[in-house]
Amino acid sequence: MWKSCLRLRDGGRRLLNRPRSGLTASEGLGPKPPIPIRAYVPPAGGFEISLDHRKLRTPQGKLFTVPSEALAIAVATEWDSQQDTIKMYTMHLTTLCNTSLDNPTQREKDQLIRAAVKFLDTDTVCYRVEEPETLVELQRNEWDPVISWAERRYGVEIGSSTSITGPSIPAQTREVLVSHLASYNMWALQGIEFVVTQLKSLVLTLGLMDLHLTVEQAVLLSRLEEEYQIQKWGNIEWAHDYELQELRARTAAGTLFVHLCSESTAIKHKLLQG
Amino acid sequence: MAALGSPLRTWRGLLRELRYLNAATGRPYRDTAAYRYLVKAFRAHRVTSEKLCRAQHELHFQAATYLCLLRSIREHVALHQEFHGKGERSVEESAGLVGLQLPQQPGGKGWEP
Repeated sequence: MWKSCLRLRDGGRRLLNRPRSGLTASEGLGPKPPIPIRAYVPPAGGFEISLDHRKLRTPQGKLFTVPSEALAIAVATEWDSQQDTIKMYTMHLTTLCNTSLDNPTQREKDQLIRAAVKFLDTDTVCYRVEEPETLVELQRNEWDPVISWAERRYGVEIGSSTSITGPSIPAQTREVLVSHLASYNMWALQGIEFVVTQLKSLVLTLGLMDLHLTVEQAVLLSRLEEEYQIQKWGNIEWAHDYELQELRARTAAGTLFVHLCSESTAIKHKLLQG
Repeated sequence: MAALGSPLRTWRGLLRELRYLNAATGRPYRDTAAYRYLVKAFRAHRVTSEKLCRAQHELHFQAATYLCLLRSIREHVALHQEFHGKGERSVEESAGLVGLQLPQQPGGKGWEP
């Protein structure tokens, strides 16, 4: 069964150059075909994904439409990389798109914004320890620059505190951040809230959205204490690395999702004189 | 502070990840839509007259994020397979752990149909 699929694919490389209707040469091989062919069609309303000539749908049955071409290609690549079994836990972008399309918890835009800003009260980079001394210094060296960058960029005050109640965030800070987050559309807000939940920090998420931090840097800063303990006591691959890679994957998916949902591209060609 | 490195490195990493993804399915990676889109995007943003091009930086950041996504998914799945993918041991294996062997009963056990 596999060999017949491969022969068709290799010998039929010209099939890929024909219009989409030419791909119907592969017959359906039962409910779960082993190597499905993916394609995406650019219609007017948005981009759709077809798996084996059947359109992809969300868990609630809606048609899967995304606003951006790059996002559609990334989702199609995710589906393409599935082999014998469909591992939904590796398809983070698909999950995010499904959440945005279905909105299963049925939250409004301001509820999402409020949930994200609420994280500032318990932000990771604002919570400091008092001992051991090396960890205190590490937190100061790594987290203070990020906080001061955020304070400069948004003109707000975010302190850090060692008390158990956390930092006291003035109301003006909250307002500024709420109005900043309100400038994103609904899809991007789902992504932002996802990243905030993963990193447990709003400041780091803002750094990612403003291209100030890379994903690896943000994950490292979020896991600063864990990395400190790993350096001291050793690394356990099946726990630490596992969690690290999962956190990186989710954060990268969320960040990419937000960027792709809130951008618009326009290419201007300059005329060459002479 | 976003230390992204050189775009060439990101590009090569992306090609590598695409190769890994498509090696398992047997398709040449140059046929995939992802490869074509990336080639177009990288080429389009290469030539610009501005010294500090924000769009270029944004594209590079998105490419680096996508690379991080692909890489970490691959390593996560590999770690899962290696450490968490074994499932339960069978009865024979569990007996073999302590040096015992299940008895051979050619006639079947008495209570089995």
